[in-house]
Amino acid sequence: MPVNAYPGATDLLRFLPETLLILAGTLIMVLDPLVKRRSSPLFGHLTLLTLIAGIAVAIAGASNPGPAFGGMLMVDGFATFFRVLVMGVGILIVLPSYPFLARQDGETGAFHALLLFSISGQCLMASASDLIIIFIGLEISSISSYVLAGFFRDDKRSNEAALKYFLLGSFATAFFLYGVALIYGATGTINLDAVRRSIGPLRADPPVMIVAAAALMFVGLGFKVSASPFQMWAPDVYQGAPTPVSAFLSAGPKAAGFAIFLRIFLTAFGPIGAHWEPLVWGASLLSMTVGNFAALTQTNFKRMLAYSSIAHAGYVLVALAARSQVGAAAAMFYLVAYACMNIGAFAVVSHLSGRGEKYTDIEDFKGLAQKQPLTAAMLTIFLLSLIGVPLTGGFFGKFYIFRAALESHLVWLTVLGLLNSAVAAYYYLRILVMMYMHEPGPAAEAVEPLSPAMGAALILPALGTLVLGIFPGWVLDFAGKSSELMR
Amino acid sequence: MDQHLLTIVLAAPLAGLLVLLFLPSKSKSLIRVWANIASLAGFAVSLPLVWKFHVGAPGFQFVERADWIPSLGAHYLVGIDGISLLLVMLTTLMGFVATLCSWSGVNDRLKEYYAMFLLLQTGMIGVFISLDFFLFYIFWELVLVPMYFIIGVWGGPRKLYAAIKFFLYTLAGSVLMLLGILTLYFQHYSQFGFYTFEISQLMKLQLPLGVQQWVFWAFFLGFAIKVPMFPFHTWLPDAHVEAPTAGSVILAAVLLKMGTYGFLRFSLPLLPQASMDQTIVRVLAALSIVGIVYGALVSLMQKDWKKLVAYSSVSHLGFCTLGIFSLNPNGIAGSVLQQINHGISTGMLFLVIGVIYERRHTREIAEYGGLAHVMPRFAKIFAFAMLSSAGLPLLNGFVGEFTILQGAFEANRIWAVFAVTGVILGAAYLLWLYQRTMLGQVTNPKNLGLPDLNFRECAVFAPLVVWAIWIGVYPKPYFDLLRQPVTEIVERVKPGYFAQAAAVGGTDDRFLSSVTARGRADARLDRLTIGPQVANLPHKTGTSVGTSAGVAGRSACSTLPCGGAR
Repeated sequence: MPVNAYPGATDLLRFLPETLLILAGTLIMVLDPLVKRRSSPLFGHLTLLTLIAGIAVAIAGASNPGPAFGGMLMVDGFATFFRVLVMGVGILIVLPSYPFLARQDGETGAFHALLLFSISGQCLMASASDLIIIFIGLEISSISSYVLAGFFRDDKRSNEAALKYFLLGSFATAFFLYGVALIYGATGTINLDAVRRSIGPLRADPPVMIVAAAALMFVGLGFKVSASPFQMWAPDVYQGAPTPVSAFLSAGPKAAGFAIFLRIFLTAFGPIGAHWEPLVWGASLLSMTVGNFAALTQTNFKRMLAYSSIAHAGYVLVALAARSQVGAAAAMFYLVAYACMNIGAFAVVSHLSGRGEKYTDIEDFKGLAQKQPLTAAMLTIFLLSLIGVPLTGGFFGKFYIFRAALESHLVWLTVLGLLNSAVAAYYYLRILVMMYMHEPGPAAEAVEPLSPAMGAALILPALGTLVLGIFPGWVLDFAGKSSELMR
Repeated sequence: MDQHLLTIVLAAPLAGLLVLLFLPSKSKSLIRVWANIASLAGFAVSLPLVWKFHVGAPGFQFVERADWIPSLGAHYLVGIDGISLLLVMLTTLMGFVATLCSWSGVNDRLKEYYAMFLLLQTGMIGVFISLDFFLFYIFWELVLVPMYFIIGVWGGPRKLYAAIKFFLYTLAGSVLMLLGILTLYFQHYSQFGFYTFEISQLMKLQLPLGVQQWVFWAFFLGFAIKVPMFPFHTWLPDAHVEAPTAGSVILAAVLLKMGTYGFLRFSLPLLPQASMDQTIVRVLAALSIVGIVYGALVSLMQKDWKKLVAYSSVSHLGFCTLGIFSLNPNGIAGSVLQQINHGISTGMLFLVIGVIYERRHTREIAEYGGLAHVMPRFAKIFAFAMLSSAGLPLLNGFVGEFTILQGAFEANRIWAVFAVTGVILGAAYLLWLYQRTMLGQVTNPKNLGLPDLNFRECAVFAPLVVWAIWIGVYPKPYFDLLRQPVTEIVERVKPGYFAQAAAVGGTDDRFLSSVTARGRADARLDRLTIGPQVANLPHKTGTSVGTSAGVAGRSACSTLPCGGAR
């Protein structure tokens, strides 16, 4: 495929969402010294506008799908789905960060610029169809996230989180890069479609190099999506990072990570599926089990959500193990539902945590329902969705995933996964117990009134969770169509 | 209008809930009044179902359907037959009773309290009217949430433990049930080429016995935990003891019936061969009998008034499942009727406990004694509830238990022998309870000044008392109502059952739904209405002692249908 040195208008149009995000990020960095105050809502507004514009551009671009830059990017339904998802995640992160940054006196300029860069990397990951571009996207997204995790320089836990995330993250990226190198060595190409063609039709006995590459990439991506046994970093990072950042890490990079996971493993490595399926099978079961059982004994809410996020990565891996269109669509639906409910839950923590993030323990939720019924009701919706109770997005997410798994005859994985989701109910219910069945504690007494931004940050994801739970067809049909275009 | 009737019944509590949410939480009396109006309205809109229902018409009535998630093959599809009609009426009535009985007992967070009850009401009605398996599952799971809050927020000292146990137990059962549902769903796709959760479509499946058995056990876990059948019953005493009165009433009267209803509506018709499988039938019957006897024995030993009634539920529900797995018209019809009866009488017993708990705040049986002197009206109501639960002839419990025993006897005499001990033990623990609390002299001075039932409390009991007497004295309308659906179920599980029953002829006493022997059946039912104990007991002993020809005929017909199905 000859690469045109001078990109045409179509190429630039298809790359417009990322361009917008990067320009806005840079603009914020330029404006930052001009604004006197450390903390100002101005950058938040600008970020919100950029993200909304980005979503609009991405959706408009979907009407003219096709490759860009000589096949390095592929703007198809799949890419659009994930671009919209990660930018939507961005909006849901910006909203709770207004009151959060004001309260902690954080530097809004740096925060929002980093957020925009990270999201641009994730958009790139979603639309890349070339291993090097994927790698570049991964790095843009990761490096910004490392800095975001350590956003509070004076805070020990935040520093620890950033360092851990950075060291382990670089390690994992190296694994991924080794995989890319092996692929290039074995097939002579880094374009996913070309790799697929060079591996050929379904192979019972593929070259060792290809299998090794798949395994290495699995390790690297497993880390990014915090799947067990590569999950060690997640609890410390989620607990230590500023709460909106934890929310972001649990949704944005994870969704983008799964986007490339799906794209690489279902397209390039599709022919050798029988070889990697046991790997995914094992990792998904391990993630669900480790995540859920470790979460049972946690006392810190953020840490508990970290383990729960490991478990949820396990559920999405079940969909990957199904190795089918239906499975891919189920994973995509699940990621949307998960983004809504998980960011919502983190937003409540961020609201409750108080100055210096004093209150993030499960005990601190005592009596919240009496002090702020609306907040408690929203968190109830998120938690019920995380459990998987019907009429919430979480229920349909799980339902579609296990349906896809059964369709691919993964009976035992389905049984164990379903039992796992029953175990998980216990630790989510504990929060409900704290909120509704205890007298208010110091945290609930000190909780500040809901600001408009915070209210929106709770109500938007709650609405999303409910809409996904009552009319799942809307998103699922879109996901189904997008996953068809992927090949 | 008629085709929207069920939707109206389903949505009525939700509408009430919506208005409730906008009432100021400070004005408690307004909230109370509105909640009672809403639940009474919920009952009122369900009444037209009774007179518009065509008794004897095949299939489902008031059917309404709409696509919900087309890509999945899930529909909004509701409809009722005789079985669900009875259960829906039980639900709407008990919903009102439970709301009315909480008037003075609950003072804390009233708005949320009533909101949870109205939500629960919708969930329960939804379970009984869904004809789409997916819709059914949604409502089934939805019921968990309000009940969890009702136990957990307004419950007793160990409410947190009880609430979480209730939630986790039932959730674990239902996720496995979901697996069974999905198996049928995929089997349907592979046989017919399109996805659907519609029950009537899924009934067309031809499944190998092995698959049916797997799915049966998956369903079994979901339903048996809900019923609850021994050995899955351990959540029930905890939940009952800790729940507030109205919660216990709803839990016992309606929630448990979701499990037995599940067996009737899904396990039997969808998996007929598995339901006929000897191993499965034996295991289920054995568990039912163990539940009957064990529940009754444990009840005898209880020191806590409410725990006693809770364990008696295990025993009574054992009768219901035994009736279902007798797999004959008597057993199944008796089971459905007994489900209603249990709702009425155990509901009353929990209300009785609620009345006394509100006055004394203890449920220790030893704290009471001689209450009949202090609270004569209360003692009469309690006596009535107790006798109805113990199965006194001319009251509702007798008709149900008797019909179930008849069915069990037809299926396997040994079952009936064991089950009868449950009736005897049932009378024992209830009478002993009554004696210890109501009769004799007032031993505890704290009980001397207790006020008797007031008008509202009498009003709570009134509809249940009337219903209990109606079923006890004149059960014919109920059996008429149940004839058609029960016939359909039995014909589905044991094809050719009725033809055979007709062939056996003279020695046959399977009166209920035999199409060919309908004239005889009606005659028999009329006798039952005159006075069941007189009309039927001699007949029963007659067949059990029997002439040699009669015994031979009966044993032939009790074994043959099984052989025929293979």
